[in-house]
Amino acid sequence: MDEPPDPSDAMSLSGKNQILLVLLATAVAGGCATGTGSSSGATSPDLDRLEALYRARTDSATLSVSEADVDFMAGMIHHHAQALVMSRHAEGAGASPAVRRLTARIINAQTDEIGLMQRWLRDRDRMVPEVAEDGTMPMMSGDHSMHMPGMLSMAQLSELAQAEGSEYDRLFLTYMIQHHNGAVTMVHELFATDGAAQDEFVFKLASDIQVDQRTEVARMQGMLDAMPSGSRR
Amino acid sequence: MNPTVPNRSDAPSSRARVARSLTLAVALLTVAACAQSSGMDGMAPSGSLRPLTISAPTPDPRVGLGAGLFDAEEALWNMRVVSTTPPPEPFVGVTSSDLAFKDNYAIQGNYSGVQIWDISNPASPTTVITYVCPASQSDVSVYGDLMFVSGEGMTGRLDCSSEGVREAVSHERLRGIRIFDISDIRNPEYVANVQTCRGSHTHTVLEDPNDQQNVYIYVSGSSTVRPDAELAGCSDALPSEDPNSALFRIEVIRVPIANPAAAAIVSSPRIFNDLVAPPTHGLAPDDIAALEEARANGAFIVTIGGSERALPGRMIQPMLDSVMQARGASTPSAADSAAVRAGLEARFTPRDGAANLGPTQCHDITVYPAIGLAGGACEGYGLLLDISDPVNPRRVSEVADSNFSYWHSATFNNDGTKVLFTDEWGGGGAPKCRASDPVEWGANAIFTLDGRDMEFESYYKLPAPQTSLENCVAHNGSLIPVPGRDIMVQSWYQGGISIFDWTDATNPVEIAFQDRGPSDANRQGAGGSWSVYWYNGLIVSSEISRGLDIFELVPSEALSQNEIDAAKSVHWDHLNSQGQPKIEWPATFALARSFVDQLERSRAMTSGWVSEIRSDLDAAESASGGARRSALNDLAGRVSDDAGSSLDRDKVRMLADAIRGLAQ
Repeated sequence: MDEPPDPSDAMSLSGKNQILLVLLATAVAGGCATGTGSSSGATSPDLDRLEALYRARTDSATLSVSEADVDFMAGMIHHHAQALVMSRHAEGAGASPAVRRLTARIINAQTDEIGLMQRWLRDRDRMVPEVAEDGTMPMMSGDHSMHMPGMLSMAQLSELAQAEGSEYDRLFLTYMIQHHNGAVTMVHELFATDGAAQDEFVFKLASDIQVDQRTEVARMQGMLDAMPSGSRR
Repeated sequence: MNPTVPNRSDAPSSRARVARSLTLAVALLTVAACAQSSGMDGMAPSGSLRPLTISAPTPDPRVGLGAGLFDAEEALWNMRVVSTTPPPEPFVGVTSSDLAFKDNYAIQGNYSGVQIWDISNPASPTTVITYVCPASQSDVSVYGDLMFVSGEGMTGRLDCSSEGVREAVSHERLRGIRIFDISDIRNPEYVANVQTCRGSHTHTVLEDPNDQQNVYIYVSGSSTVRPDAELAGCSDALPSEDPNSALFRIEVIRVPIANPAAAAIVSSPRIFNDLVAPPTHGLAPDDIAALEEARANGAFIVTIGGSERALPGRMIQPMLDSVMQARGASTPSAADSAAVRAGLEARFTPRDGAANLGPTQCHDITVYPAIGLAGGACEGYGLLLDISDPVNPRRVSEVADSNFSYWHSATFNNDGTKVLFTDEWGGGGAPKCRASDPVEWGANAIFTLDGRDMEFESYYKLPAPQTSLENCVAHNGSLIPVPGRDIMVQSWYQGGISIFDWTDATNPVEIAFQDRGPSDANRQGAGGSWSVYWYNGLIVSSEISRGLDIFELVPSEALSQNEIDAAKSVHWDHLNSQGQPKIEWPATFALARSFVDQLERSRAMTSGWVSEIRSDLDAAESASGGARRSALNDLAGRVSDDAGSSLDRDKVRMLADAIRGLAQ
């Protein structure tokens, strides 16, 4: 009984070149008369039709994809994955409670964001970089992902992996500031590209990454400034 | 099929039945709890006030709700659904955002434009106009005949058309504030816009009590700075390199009411200059535990930036040794220890050049003109601003919190003695209310205001765990005008709506909720309450995917019918939640009875005295003219006389004033 989704429904809207004023006498055709005042203003067939329209719109949003957005999402998955690798060391390295709380937050936030970015790529039938829980990327070989802004070199990574205690704290903060600043640069580069971030999800995610990571950079710089200078090299 | 899990083919009546049966179940629990807590006759006020307690339903009905876009299972506690109306067709599948109110209209932002609802019959809201003009986030506000809409995303166009702006640099792009004349609300007229360097993620309308000619808009933009080629003068260089940097400032727009087309930026205050706050508002519980353990082990404790820190012995010992050796001693004295301490604290003061520049912007600012203050939620800081000169807001104090990821918004209590900040951890798109997510993260932080200083009191986070399919974090809300108490209704995206009492800043208590199952059973779908505000007796929620929800409060052991009636007696002709109005209550019997109910609930009055006041109020209400006046004045006098001996003198005086008000 569902009406087939009509893709022209979504398209006709986006094709309008002028202010569109839509006057509707009621929210949905004839559907608000239960009289009990206790439930939905729309009847079930209305809702089925609106749900079909919802699916058609959200599906059609995946059809027009900017390559800049795809590259950004795939690249940012690699970038976030390295943040997980860096943060996973904290527990074993004897990091301070403040740094452990920071790394727990980074792991939580960036794991969720990796999932959102993977889903966005999957919905668009693009290659989805896989990330293990510890941040390693089993399908990746070599270090071609190291070219993104802020990514740690192999040497920096192994230096961090061997550090302990306050030395780990200092190195972690230093390198994560570098890493986060790189993500902010990636967002700036995205927004400077024609055709990029027209997708609201990409715009929102990129803007959030930019502001969250800049906020975290300020916090980490404060933590670094408060560290005993004696533990600096 | 399982009758508690409606599927898409269910008629609305069965949807309603599910909601009603849950409400009924909860109502029964409430009745049982009320019965338990009655029987306090003869209890005299002694000791201290009874803290607010309420028996929450167990198990929590928000756990395990069935998914669906328009047919998800719904749980309600101490709230009633008045109506649920799907979005208008042009906005189906597009994010709905914030709300503003004017007269009988609810104005709902949407990434594709603005939806204006007529809610004069809240059981059946009707569309006044669906105005298509894409912009994210379409944060909306009203003032008089003007409507303001925020645009931040890359796709907003000056001509309101829907094709986006593909060029990275374009003069077709709108990022800033759109201004509409809505004197004919069925035909909004786009009269002006004010372009800003970072666009407008949110904005705040400031009504200056001393300036009737203009209204002010504080613009918060959280995205990147536009290139100079797109909007002349925009720079994202550091202020040290370019004094005109668009970073580290907010924008203030002045809108001449008689000529809104002349609206323009009049100042870009650098409210973050020299921001040096300690890294936390105080230590988090695990920090305190670690510090106490270190102290117990004899660690060297120093105060850095207002917080105590333990320093490792291996760091301290060489310093102590060198101080001792300098005076030829072999055991350290108190003076040696003090010398080391002074040296350390000097070492921990921030060095020149390494200064933290602080936030570059705010996410949202809530102004409270009645007390001349604003709360700014700005990246890693919560700020208190003096707004007595609207063009030149000044920062008067600030707090930071290592548990807060991203300060999102602020709400003052009506007395202006508390401020509540929210943390939109994850930006609103992530599921941050899972059982594994710490309660301090993505929560509200409640502060008391001591003069201009903010003192941390507690966190409040949605108490029901949500699934990983549901984006959930603290979001927008407003006060519910219950007299004598601080009660707030708040959106938690797909975590639903939570109503909580924060009268006791150290002990916020949830007293009502609404929640639906995930919008999609198989993946994290879009949905949930973006904003929920109290407006003229209704609780109105903007549902991101599902449209507009309207609720009413249902009385409970934690909230009486009198208190609800008193809240409903407050009437506004418009509301922008980020421009907080001072709540004033008209003199009603419900107002007086609310205070009586509260004094009874907290056991600040004997039950005999409570009964006497109630029957005297009933008698006065059925009398009229001079008889009513003298009965009320007599009662007010007796209540006043009792204030001195009450456990809650302030509340008793409020009651006396309310009774006296009825006599006038």
